[in-house]
Amino acid sequence: MSTNPQPDQPLDQYRRGFLKKLGLVGGAAAATTLPAVGHPAWGGSTLGDAVGDFFQSHYKRMDPEEIEAALGRIERRAKKRLGVEIQVANTPPIPGVVFGYAINISKCQGYRRCVTACVEENNQGRDSQVQYIRVLQMDKGGMNLETSEHYYAPETVPVDGKFYLPVQCQQCDDPPCVKACPVQATWMEPDGIVVIDYNWCIGCRYCMAACPYWARHFNWSEPQIPAEALNPVTHYLGNRPRPRGVVEKCTFCIQRTRLGRQPACQEACPTGARVFGNLLDPDSEIRYVLENKTVFRLKEDLGTEPKFWYYTDV
Amino acid sequence: MFKRMLERKPGGVVDFMLSAVGRLSRGGWLYWLWLVLLLGVMGNGGFHYLDQLRHGLMITGLSDQISWGFYIANFAFLVGIAASAVLLVIPAYIFHRQEVKDVVLLGEAVAVAAVITAMTFVMVDLGRPERFWHMIPGIGEFNFPVSLLSWDVLVLTGYLLLNLLIPFYILYCHFQGREPSFRVYFPWVLLAMFWAISIHTVTAFLFSANPARPFWHTALLGPRFIASAFVSGPALMIAALQIIRAVTRYPVSQKVMHMLALIMTIALQISLFFVIAELFTDFYNEGSHSASSRYLFFGLDGHAALRPWVWCALGLNLLAVLILMINPLRENMFFLNLACLLAFVGIWIEKGMALVVPGFIPTPLGEVADYVPTSAELMISGGIWAMGLLVFTLLAKMAIPIELAQRDRPAEAVAGAAATT
Repeated sequence: MSTNPQPDQPLDQYRRGFLKKLGLVGGAAAATTLPAVGHPAWGGSTLGDAVGDFFQSHYKRMDPEEIEAALGRIERRAKKRLGVEIQVANTPPIPGVVFGYAINISKCQGYRRCVTACVEENNQGRDSQVQYIRVLQMDKGGMNLETSEHYYAPETVPVDGKFYLPVQCQQCDDPPCVKACPVQATWMEPDGIVVIDYNWCIGCRYCMAACPYWARHFNWSEPQIPAEALNPVTHYLGNRPRPRGVVEKCTFCIQRTRLGRQPACQEACPTGARVFGNLLDPDSEIRYVLENKTVFRLKEDLGTEPKFWYYTDV
Repeated sequence: MFKRMLERKPGGVVDFMLSAVGRLSRGGWLYWLWLVLLLGVMGNGGFHYLDQLRHGLMITGLSDQISWGFYIANFAFLVGIAASAVLLVIPAYIFHRQEVKDVVLLGEAVAVAAVITAMTFVMVDLGRPERFWHMIPGIGEFNFPVSLLSWDVLVLTGYLLLNLLIPFYILYCHFQGREPSFRVYFPWVLLAMFWAISIHTVTAFLFSANPARPFWHTALLGPRFIASAFVSGPALMIAALQIIRAVTRYPVSQKVMHMLALIMTIALQISLFFVIAELFTDFYNEGSHSASSRYLFFGLDGHAALRPWVWCALGLNLLAVLILMINPLRENMFFLNLACLLAFVGIWIEKGMALVVPGFIPTPLGEVADYVPTSAELMISGGIWAMGLLVFTLLAKMAIPIELAQRDRPAEAVAGAAATT
């Protein structure tokens, strides 16, 4: 399909090109001519943008023009608050792709490089210290999460007698969080990624109670990111700056993976413990792992069908 | 046509509503002092809520680990209070017991106030209250019937309307000096009865629907909610009816008190039995499903914020059930009031904080943390409770004079009015 993103094509260019084909860029330009009030009362937005945000419809109900206007509002807000030019894409799912992830826990050494790479890629609040990945230091000889150490800080890792279990959103195929949401602000995309419309979430946090993997995090205050640390390449359903009072989560780096790239955590892992790819592609590495390794899933008994596996070398 | 409807003709709907509202401005100094007190507490809560709007929910003690706390605890408790109005509705409308019929409107006023208070607790818990409209079917995306939370919104709204509608009709008839028609109100009363049970069942299911939280994921949660509601509801009603009896000349029969006290006694026995059943299942073979209970009753990894509270709740409930089980004590108003106070506080702890918070501890990944509400949370919650009391006060203030007037009318006049309508 010609509208599919190319890995070497700059994101913003891709999006504008896609919309130009639909003849929609003009509509977005008109929206930018609203008077700039710039009073903090509107949370760093103009009055026009604040009103636009308030009346913004559900992601799946918006037509391309409304989506373009929504993306423009997020970009202008980042510019106004932090002085950073960001691009908010709305890259669609690639047909014939369902993403899956596998981690080789024999290889994981507990360095937590995936954790920091994730925070930098996905623009989590630095003050709130939201992290989508939690690496558990586990006692060898069992799989009891309750005896795991979450905040391990030895001189060097790995520690004798321990192994490491990174946990993040398991992108369940029957996600209990999606069932819980009273306003359908979270759903599973055709490529298997469970996403949140951060402009539709009402912040009731029922999804957080429903998640068996503690994968969902709430913005208890406005997320603070230093301007120089902000990753400007973003996706509406992914790492674009989030507002206060909404739930957020791992999206398998939707802004990267829908362009054919690997998630930031996979790239950052120095031990090569992480395998990410298309479950529908029989030649993919992830399929090789699932077919040739003894794999297991966390809390499989709950019936959530995670698209996230663990395996060992032995 | 509309103009005619809005005209204030004597005995019309507009006349009825205006005179009811007009009653609110007439009262003694005690009434006004009470209102000022409530408004003061509400104002204080509102002031702190503004702070929460400005800074976000970070002013609460909540965290990603324990993401629901004091607000949702009060919500769960108050739904129980609302549901227990059915305990007056059944004897009044089904068995036509006159002494219960006399006070059933007050029970429904308690239900209305409790539902509004419960809903307000959910509203203040939202991270984005201004997006509330996303839940309204039609303009929003209401995730019905999949989300249990959407069920809860639906049943609570329905229950609120039913408990406004039925008393409205009955009061309107009494205002006109006639008896309400059984055929008109009975289907709605029947519906309201089942609806009352449903609101608390759905609220229990909201929690027990989550296999991710073993502490809540038990079939006993629904029955436990109903049993404990039939303790806290009557306890509150017994207190409210005594106050009404003291400050008005409204007829509150001692028989109603005895009936409510008896229901409360049995419900508290059942409720305690359920607690024992849970404790046995959790601790005879202690597995990962018991971690939350261990945290609650004994503490886990050095964290035990709720331990003193839950033991206190158990003690209060045990003491209350002892008083209630001894007939001479239960029939003595001092001891009955004491038992009501003990059980009300006991259930408030047990079904509030001691139910909601341990569900989150340990987290699904085994992390243990404590949650303690901040003073801002307590102030906001206090404001909401004051609002609930205000709603009840105003409803009672409007209803009681109409009811008294109806009672003062000679029986022939009422029969005559019924014949002409």
